Amino acid sequence: MDAIDYHALLPEIILAVTVLATLLVDLFTSRKSFAAITAMIGMFASFVAILTLAFCDNLTFCTSTGDRVLFGGSFVVDGYAIVLQGLFIFAGFIVVLMSVGYLETDRYYEGEFYFLIVSAVLGAAVMASSRDFISMIVALEIVSGSGFLLAGWRKGDARSNEASLKFFIIGVLALALLLFGVSLIYGLTGTQVFSEIAAASSSVEDIALFNLGAIFVLLGFGFKVSAVPFHFWTPDVYEGSPPPVTAWLSVGSKGAGFVGLLSVCYLALPSVTEIWGPVLWLVAALSMTIGNIVAIKQTNVIRLLGYSSIAQAGFMLAPFGAAAATGADLSQTFSATVTYLVIYAVMNLGAFAVVIIVGTRVGSYELERWSGLNTWAPGLALSLAAFFMSLAGIPPLAGWFAKFVMFSATIGVGSWWGYSIAIVAALNAVIALVYYLKVLKSAFFDTVPADLDVATLEAGTVPGPTSFAIGLTAAAVLVLGIFPGLAANLGDFSSDFLATLGL
Amino acid sequence: MDWLDNGLALSLVVFLPVVGAGIVLAIPKAQEAAIKWTALIVSLVTLALAVVLAVQFDYSAADTYQFGTAIDTPWIEAINAHFHIGVDGISLPMVVLTTLITMLCIVYSFNHLPEPHNPKLLLAMTLLLGTGMAGTFVALDLVLFFVFFEIVLLPMYFMIGIWGDRGIRYVPIFGWKMEMRLYASLKFFVFTLFGSAFMLLSFLALYFRSGDTLGYNSFSMVELSNIGPAGAFTGTFAFLVFLGLFLGFAVKVPMWPVHTWLPDAHTAAPTIGSVILAAILLKLGTYGFIRIALPILPDEAINWAPFIGVLAVIGIIYGSLACLAQTDMKRLIAYSSVGHMGFVMLGIATLTDIGINAAIIGMVAHGLITGLLFFVVGSMSHRYHTRDMNRLGGAMVSLPRMGLILGFAAMASLGLPSLAGFWGEFMSLMASFDPLEAIGATGLFRGFMVVGAVGTVLTAAYMLYLLRSVIFGEPAEEWVSQEFHDVDTAEWLAWAPLIAGIIAIGIFPKIVFGATNDAVVSLVQKAFGA
Repeated sequence: MDAIDYHALLPEIILAVTVLATLLVDLFTSRKSFAAITAMIGMFASFVAILTLAFCDNLTFCTSTGDRVLFGGSFVVDGYAIVLQGLFIFAGFIVVLMSVGYLETDRYYEGEFYFLIVSAVLGAAVMASSRDFISMIVALEIVSGSGFLLAGWRKGDARSNEASLKFFIIGVLALALLLFGVSLIYGLTGTQVFSEIAAASSSVEDIALFNLGAIFVLLGFGFKVSAVPFHFWTPDVYEGSPPPVTAWLSVGSKGAGFVGLLSVCYLALPSVTEIWGPVLWLVAALSMTIGNIVAIKQTNVIRLLGYSSIAQAGFMLAPFGAAAATGADLSQTFSATVTYLVIYAVMNLGAFAVVIIVGTRVGSYELERWSGLNTWAPGLALSLAAFFMSLAGIPPLAGWFAKFVMFSATIGVGSWWGYSIAIVAALNAVIALVYYLKVLKSAFFDTVPADLDVATLEAGTVPGPTSFAIGLTAAAVLVLGIFPGLAANLGDFSSDFLATLGL
Repeated sequence: MDWLDNGLALSLVVFLPVVGAGIVLAIPKAQEAAIKWTALIVSLVTLALAVVLAVQFDYSAADTYQFGTAIDTPWIEAINAHFHIGVDGISLPMVVLTTLITMLCIVYSFNHLPEPHNPKLLLAMTLLLGTGMAGTFVALDLVLFFVFFEIVLLPMYFMIGIWGDRGIRYVPIFGWKMEMRLYASLKFFVFTLFGSAFMLLSFLALYFRSGDTLGYNSFSMVELSNIGPAGAFTGTFAFLVFLGLFLGFAVKVPMWPVHTWLPDAHTAAPTIGSVILAAILLKLGTYGFIRIALPILPDEAINWAPFIGVLAVIGIIYGSLACLAQTDMKRLIAYSSVGHMGFVMLGIATLTDIGINAAIIGMVAHGLITGLLFFVVGSMSHRYHTRDMNRLGGAMVSLPRMGLILGFAAMASLGLPSLAGFWGEFMSLMASFDPLEAIGATGLFRGFMVVGAVGTVLTAAYMLYLLRSVIFGEPAEEWVSQEFHDVDTAEWLAWAPLIAGIIAIGIFPKIVFGATNDAVVSLVQKAFGA
């Protein structure tokens, strides 16, 4: 056996050490913020490790070239893995930043909270590198397991308990479906490794059963990415969980689900696009349409973001649907989904950061209580507008480019599989605008509810870490919106390896 | 000069306003004077730059893009989108108009701040609009065009929603009762985004199809309009692409029957919002037809021309009749825009150089005239606290100077010869007599000419109706004992350039044609070979 490439594993090793260090620090110190600081230092170090992997060619101490394949092809560090690992660590970092201020207002544990967040990040990071079903499922369960616990963090709150239980039951159901599908595929191909499945899939005898297995795997991940019709848990879980956890679930956990879909579809099953393409076409169309239409009626900002995240998942799935076209350029559709995911993560985290601040200060996430936000916190109102308009896809905020690449990839396949989903998406972009504008209307056009005291509201401060999180994401949303080439490069970097597979 | 040729000056015209908006937002709220002066200085410098460009413009080569950046200035390399800007004879008048109107709106805002005040946000939004509008007119790359085209939506949404009319409006069909500003702002945003979403799909379709001819995919308007007439886009594909473009631009113009956002938005918007909407935002749509739809898809333009012509004349007649039914003077002027833009679209639909020249001078004239009308009507309703024409009257007695300016603007709007409004209407009717032969519907267009001529009579009718109700006669009981202050300094400063422009272009239309004619002739020549 070859020597293990520890550089390739460095980000995960750092994260694993951080997981333990966070627990230990919490055990031996009385200041709860130390645990958060440990978590942040660990994630930052891990991010730096990822950068050294990404820019390996330009660094003198870095000798290895090309993709790094470890453990007999189960664990690979390539552009795809690097981009998504970086994304998950960034998301975890921002979530910790917004949790610091939030947890101080609560009377629940803190140290273990950060421990679980870093664990989830570790799981998600491993997932991005996993290239076989076993390691992917183990990683997925690290993400989900931490998620179940985090969702029920406010244990004195019945809704938080409900959220946790629902999330758990649905999560286990999804896992069961996934495992069933995997067992079928394994039984027919005799391998767990994606590349070997891809090679073996053409010579499978019972193709019907193989397709059934593929569909079960898709169903399993459908729950994870909260796509319609597997979305019912999402709004309840989002609303019941502590808001920073919701932010993580809507970005990190959902992102992990997308990694699963991307890996399975493009790496394990690239030869059966005619199976997963149409299925995901339908799922994408349903997610966009139902997510958006239901979102219009929401009065609670968190639930609104929940349905919005369902609709956004639909936009991210649209390129999968377009891939159903014969001769579709799979690296285009792949890259579009990754680019969308990156931009979505940044803007959604920013939106949550602002929503948490405003919600805590007003004491409610009901939209009507937020009326007149602009009069008592113009800065927050402006950043709220920026993030929500970015989600709606209005230039020059980053979201426009996410939509743009999605349209570009779907139109680019040059067949009605792509055109049709692009038209559905275009109509949905308009519907989505209606509810994103609802938030702006409350914040800017309406007057402050009479029973709220403007002076107290004005006097409130934004906790340092959270304002840093808002600043960071807002800057990213603007920079990525004006120079979207950066995001596009990430997407292309992530899909480079597909070319080597001959896709 | 270097800074002109390398695109720096033109970039400044586009981006100075947004920089100014950033500075305005950074000034503390209490320092109102500083906020206003910063905004004014920024907009003045922008206007001055635009005027320098207009002076330095090489009119003998008006059909080439000048002052621009190189075609391959990188922006988003992954999708081959470039920061390619430039002006030719068609866009130059629009750029000057944009910077002028933006500046005048800021001048007007010095002492006319709509409730709930907040000049900081209002002026920042005005400046942001300036960037979006100028950028749309100079963009030569479809992605860049799309981004600027969309940037204007948000500030205008805020303008209508925050400072708009708080009257209650009943919305039929849905059975809602909501404030005018809330309804209008939402409707404006949703309608426009609907159109532009499909426009974007068309852009992408062109991008991918261009690869078949060029060997690489391109968003460049210049390259696409080179390969377009050579038959790069044909058949159902071209039809669908034109449909997408049509949706995007027609909503913006707006053409009947997708015009319904306009009366609401114009009526609900605060004065400067209405001015900017009418004077410039509507032109983004017609400009899109001239700059993108016709040159890139000339064959489809020929197929669509009769249809566009029909919608245009329906717009003319419908807009005029709707005006006659209004009692709200602001809404009347809003509907008049539907009619006037109908003439512009009719000119474009003829696909001839006369028609397109008519469209451009019509756009400029409508910008100046309707801008002035909205200013005056806004100021009047500020004095009277009502826009109801049944209650008004006798402005010549109570507000003689303002009444006179309204009379002047109304005369210009109805197309009185020697004022700017005349040329657009007259020439677009003239062009309809002899449209592009390839359309093969000369008779139909002659019919349009007759209907359009009836439209001019109706235009005169509703403008005279406006004047009769508002400025003539004796002031009603409720106004007699009141003292009104007539036109104030800020108003004079904001209006005088418009009045001067209307007269100047009326007498010397060459101010506009001098720039546009060569560019239009070459456009028509290239696209339709006629």
